[in-house]
Amino acid sequence: MQLDNVGVLGILLGVIARFWPVWIALAIILGLSLRYKKRLGLYGHLFDTGVGIAGLTICLFWLFTAIFADVIAPFDPLSQFLVMKNAAPGAVEPDSGMAFLFGGDRLARDVFSRMVFGSQIVLVIAPTATLFALMVGTTLGLPAGYYGGWIDNVLSFLANLVLAFPVILLFYLLVTPGIRETPIPQWLAGVFFVFPVIFFATLFYTRYRSRPGLLAVQLAATVLVGGWVYVGLVFDADPLGIISIEPNELNIFVAVVFASAPGVFRIVRGLVMDIKTRDYVAAAQTRGESPWYIMLWEVLPNARGPLIVDACLRIGYTTILLGTLGYFGLGLAPESPDWGTGIKESSRLLRLHVHPALPPVVALMSFVLGLNLLADALREQSLKD
Amino acid sequence: MLSFILRRLGVMALTMLCLSLVVFFLVNLEPNLKKLAISQLDMRSSAEDLESWLQRNGYRQNFFVRYGQWLGVMPKQPNIDPETGQAVPRFSYCDEPAVARYSGVLQGDFGCSTKFKVPVGEKLVPALGATGILMFWVMAVMVPVSLLIGVLAGMREGSRTDRALSVVSITTTATPEYISGVIFTVIFASWLGWLNGSAASATNSGVTFYNFTLPVMTMAIYGIGYIARMTRASMVEVMTQQYIRTARLKGLSFPAVVLKHALRNALIAPFTVIMLQFPWLLTGVVIVEVMFRYQGFGFTLVEAAANNDIDLLLACSLVSVLVVLSTQLISDVGYALLNPRIRVQ
Repeated sequence: MQLDNVGVLGILLGVIARFWPVWIALAIILGLSLRYKKRLGLYGHLFDTGVGIAGLTICLFWLFTAIFADVIAPFDPLSQFLVMKNAAPGAVEPDSGMAFLFGGDRLARDVFSRMVFGSQIVLVIAPTATLFALMVGTTLGLPAGYYGGWIDNVLSFLANLVLAFPVILLFYLLVTPGIRETPIPQWLAGVFFVFPVIFFATLFYTRYRSRPGLLAVQLAATVLVGGWVYVGLVFDADPLGIISIEPNELNIFVAVVFASAPGVFRIVRGLVMDIKTRDYVAAAQTRGESPWYIMLWEVLPNARGPLIVDACLRIGYTTILLGTLGYFGLGLAPESPDWGTGIKESSRLLRLHVHPALPPVVALMSFVLGLNLLADALREQSLKD
Repeated sequence: MLSFILRRLGVMALTMLCLSLVVFFLVNLEPNLKKLAISQLDMRSSAEDLESWLQRNGYRQNFFVRYGQWLGVMPKQPNIDPETGQAVPRFSYCDEPAVARYSGVLQGDFGCSTKFKVPVGEKLVPALGATGILMFWVMAVMVPVSLLIGVLAGMREGSRTDRALSVVSITTTATPEYISGVIFTVIFASWLGWLNGSAASATNSGVTFYNFTLPVMTMAIYGIGYIARMTRASMVEVMTQQYIRTARLKGLSFPAVVLKHALRNALIAPFTVIMLQFPWLLTGVVIVEVMFRYQGFGFTLVEAAANNDIDLLLACSLVSVLVVLSTQLISDVGYALLNPRIRVQ
């Protein structure tokens, strides 16, 4: 059966038209930011260089794509339209009359919709996993760098142990259907997810110890919110039923945090060892502040520049890791629309059909490129100060 | 210096011991043993059959006893057939001693690959050789190109060349192997037809430009950006030094200053980076070998992991951890040797 085709111009216009919520959101955010950039500090300075604008625009583009995925994508990412099997880009689906802008894949699904929905998976897992890795790495890196001695030795040995492991081997051992039958992912999650609670509790305690009223409210909020998320993620038993995570997603999440936390640990430790020789730390020590107060309120804020840059790069790296997981078919469901799985599916049939491979490839590459450009611009700006 | 190296070697041995224990634990989890038993028998075997197979082949012994046997600090017992009373090897394709003796990793016996049905050494050595060839070509492409980009960019900081090359290197760091592999295959194999999209023929009939360029290019591109950026940073720093200004002021031409004075000092830092690049290349090797169907170490690792081939997977992890740790050691020692201002304590 011959399918109608909207042609190259039609594809181009169609893609631009489908992304309309993204263009509007981008215009609003960028317009407002440019208008008030003088008052926005480091973020405002990003708009001074072309690299910064480009990086930010690409990142925001994918962020809004993930948010508005339901509106942008014309089709369901999982549903199959038999006539559209391996359809060329721009082929029109007869029933709905809408075009498969980037064609159909091996299983007759819309490549464009899958790419759009894939951004959701990537943009949820990559930044959150990075955030958790930052929390774990920071909470352990601060005392290691500050105290030195045996704490440092033990923690550094453990970090090097994980870092000596090739990432791919780690994933092959930690992200398997077999391991989901054992309680190991839950144990690891139980350990990792406790760190943010400890981090915030210590953060508030060291600062507001002298004001019990305020402290009680903050600690209660931390424990309540932290405990709620903790119960939801680790035991999948959220009493309100809002937070829940699939076992395979938890598995991926834990493995990614496990793989990237030692890197954060090393960076934080190095930064702390450098910063603790500064005069303001000596001043705080002379004032008789507690070690954890100094670490969290004197050292950490002064380490934020390199940490923000590292976080940016690390989200990009985590995205690459997620792609690797998808490429090897580890953890994510085989029909999942994420970019790595898409690349795996299509790269096997590259000799026959090229078009299903390119959208996820370009998407993943552009998102990581955006993050790297953003990190580069941030680094330049934070070096200027 | 000698005591530093000795201490590092000690830590290395300890790390490998810990990691092998962790891997041993993970591959011997109950679901993994089940998977192994199923792959050795067949899908329809009953739970009792699987259990008795595991029992018969010694997988139900105490965990630490088995780890000790694998390591070679505990004697490996021969497998006695209960009916005949004779010693039967557990796997027909590997000969096992008929008497109890120490035969583990420390004695050089890596065990038996259940997937490829050969002793681990016989599978692993050719695979490592194949990967060695790949690594050699990747290094031969990656190092000169990235150093050239880094030096050209860092020579005049802020110039147009610098900006352009920086964007190029950032782009390559955003291109993991499975991305560049697809893009290159589409361009060079599908559209232009210049190169072969598979390196399967390289395993048997030797490496040619036609079948080996794509894997090498794919792997090199991801590392180039990172090394180039490090080289650039180091070059920029060197170019601001006093002795560079002195050389310029005494009338040397700019190329002469760069080649004779700056280059040698600027290349110390990239040496470390290149050495530390090996762990990353290991992941790249796995992706590229699977993508281009090249039967090297990475391909073996994936096969071992996918089939829970316990002994082969353990050997693969030992090899990769050894590579990572020894490159770290070489980079530390080399850095101290190259840069006389650094003293190891």
